[in-house]
Amino acid sequence: MIDLFAFDFMQNALFASVLVSVICGVIGTLIVINRMVFIAGGIAHGSYGGIGLALYFGIAPMLGASLFALFLGLVIAYITHQNSTRIDSLIGVIWAFGMALGIVMTDLTPGYNVDLMSYLFGAILSVSNEDIYGMSSVFVLVLAFALLFYKQLLAMSFDAQFAKLRGVNVTLLYFGLVLMTALGVVIVIRAVGLILVIALLTIPPYIAEKMTNSMGSMMLISSLLSVLFCVTGLVLSSFFNLSAGASIIMVGSISFFIQFLYSKWRT
Amino acid sequence: MQNDIEINNLFFSYDGTSVLEDITLQYNSKDFLAIIGPNGGGKSTLLKMMIGLLQPLQGEVLLFGKSPLHVSHEIAYVPQDTIANKDFPIKVLDVVLMGRLSKSKFFAPYSKEDYAIAYEMLDKVGMKGFENQKINALSGGQRQRVFIARALACDAKIIFLDEPTASIDTAGQMSMFQLLKTLNKTVGIVIVSHDVNVALNYATKVAHVNKTLYLHDVSKEESFTLAQNPKEHICPIELICARRCNHLHKELL
Repeated sequence: MIDLFAFDFMQNALFASVLVSVICGVIGTLIVINRMVFIAGGIAHGSYGGIGLALYFGIAPMLGASLFALFLGLVIAYITHQNSTRIDSLIGVIWAFGMALGIVMTDLTPGYNVDLMSYLFGAILSVSNEDIYGMSSVFVLVLAFALLFYKQLLAMSFDAQFAKLRGVNVTLLYFGLVLMTALGVVIVIRAVGLILVIALLTIPPYIAEKMTNSMGSMMLISSLLSVLFCVTGLVLSSFFNLSAGASIIMVGSISFFIQFLYSKWRT
Repeated sequence: MQNDIEINNLFFSYDGTSVLEDITLQYNSKDFLAIIGPNGGGKSTLLKMMIGLLQPLQGEVLLFGKSPLHVSHEIAYVPQDTIANKDFPIKVLDVVLMGRLSKSKFFAPYSKEDYAIAYEMLDKVGMKGFENQKINALSGGQRQRVFIARALACDAKIIFLDEPTASIDTAGQMSMFQLLKTLNKTVGIVIVSHDVNVALNYATKVAHVNKTLYLHDVSKEESFTLAQNPKEHICPIELICARRCNHLHKELL
């Protein structure tokens, strides 16, 4: 097993796993306690439209996806802020629109056929150094955001009205959170794929939430759980020659079911 | 003298349906104001306008002579006990610390003084020893006490409470109101309640809101008489019907 991690691509994959895990642990905690999982899902799927547009206009796909995800984030934050009763349907529309736009635009792009599967399940074993730089910057941004605004984020997540009355600019903070989510989701998709992002954003925080009584330790436990899932998944995938992304998700999902049944059995 | 809360000819509607009409009210912090009235009568809406969470369609609300959102650091709000997320990872002490948000430095963690105040306020509401419990492991009444401690930690001059006893049993309700009554010696209390008895036994002013507002004074002498003679009481019917009237109706007994 030590031999396995002697390969460059494996080291990159491992390093990417750690970065991704922390980004997902921090953002995931915030979106789970704010009940924004569906919003993250909408942005993640919708950002495929950005890839399609980028291919069509001949710019870097990741740049297109990031810009498009930030744009969708702004739209979604604006909609949820204005009208909080019909958000689910509206996000559903954005979700589907983004994916369809992405596929139509790649259809229209001559001579190039992007692999939708790698977008869905990622390619953690082929993470490049540039990807690592991108992830590292988002990693720093997300950590800075969570640390600097920790008090305010906790207050907003727990009781937004009270936070507002205590002088927290809840609107700005909420927009900030949605944009951080968009940025985090996109940069992580490149390496591990859309499905794994959603899995890592929801499963570890969901398990961690039951184990702690503070938001900070929920972030920490989520990050550690994600690292555990990623490493276990990677090892299993190389031993049994399976897809890395899907193996990681399987490990996470099985842990989720075990935890779920255990908590049901205990009560 | 300037009133702490001054509401002048306020109107409000949701999507064209009129909810509040021509509301006028003066309030001073020494009073215990109970806002009562039927469901959908506009009690909570009025409260939200008093603290600036909603803007009136017409008319004005002044808190300490200013617009509510400009003085939000001088007031505190205790919401209804509706916790949607049962597993929210936060302990009692951290909830109370939130009351120090506007007093503490923006980027820094809470100071020692903030912690000292949080501990003191938990003691004040009788929740000492619960600091490290998960907030949702508490009972409804205990949770409301924590929210009151959080409001006290704000250093507020007036505390607004929306149905603080909705999910509490009768004994718990009585001790909650007793607590509020004690707190009223130093801080203004404005409470929304559907319970007429609260108004009669603890409030010094009762506002009945059902689209329009009628204000009743419950003077000390009357409360005293009430305690002395259970047969001679403020007639709840007049509160429910919301008519201006003299409070003691001996002729009805």
